[in-house]
Amino acid sequence: MADLKSAEQIPQLSITPDKYLTNRYAGASGDFNPIHIDEEFARAVGLPGRILHGLWTMAQVARAQTEAAGGPAHLKRLSVQFRGMGVPEQEIVVSGTVREVGDGRAVVDTVAEQAGKQIIRNAEAELEL
Amino acid sequence: MPVNKQAIGKTYDPVVYAVGREKIKEYARAVGETNPLHLDVDAAREAGYADVVAPPMFAVVYSAPAVGPPIFDPEIELNFAMMVHGSQEFQWGPVVVAGDEITTTASVKDISEADGRGYYVFESISINQRGEQVCRGTWTNIVRGV
Repeated sequence: MADLKSAEQIPQLSITPDKYLTNRYAGASGDFNPIHIDEEFARAVGLPGRILHGLWTMAQVARAQTEAAGGPAHLKRLSVQFRGMGVPEQEIVVSGTVREVGDGRAVVDTVAEQAGKQIIRNAEAELEL
Repeated sequence: MPVNKQAIGKTYDPVVYAVGREKIKEYARAVGETNPLHLDVDAAREAGYADVVAPPMFAVVYSAPAVGPPIFDPEIELNFAMMVHGSQEFQWGPVVVAGDEITTTASVKDISEADGRGYYVFESISINQRGEQVCRGTWTNIVRGV
């Protein structure tokens, strides 16, 4: 188990979703909204192209917490705000700072950034230590 | 056109999802999990679990069949074409493992309007076969141009 201390950073998580990731995640999650898997459709509705599923990006925020805390059972709560759009084939960096520790729990403030823009902000995680 | 708030408090029929081992592994690989608890049944059993453990965000898989119907409920009049996922919260209880049966009940928590946007907040409560609450989800969808 990680020993998290207030004001410390959790280990940064970096991942570059490959070209076909949105197809695999659509199958895994059941979310086949064409904005994620059909380039032509995405452009037709005014997007730059296929965009990432917000809940896939939230899963990266969750993974940064469970890896920092020592496993899936430690993540007790996660809230996020989706902003902007994530796209395939560009690195995403998840970084978090421990806000407070007490009563066997830690609260971690986290963001996910891609190309210098926050695509998830104000993420707040509660970890059981 | 003002948002229709009639449906606030409406609860939908519970939906049962049977959690499969290969589905957990497929999901875990799609989100980049490397923890063997999600991918290797022997590792999961050595750690004291009955089968592979679902990553926390697997909640979207077992709750999805329950949270779809409210989004498309004609009584709510949610304009899906203009909808974006604004925010999301999950609170977790005991972990979910392959072989669990999860029953999820969705409800309309709130519908409001601000600055020409409609805010539609749905809640999902997921219970395992032992009656333990494994997850509570709060799904906030924003509809532009209401």
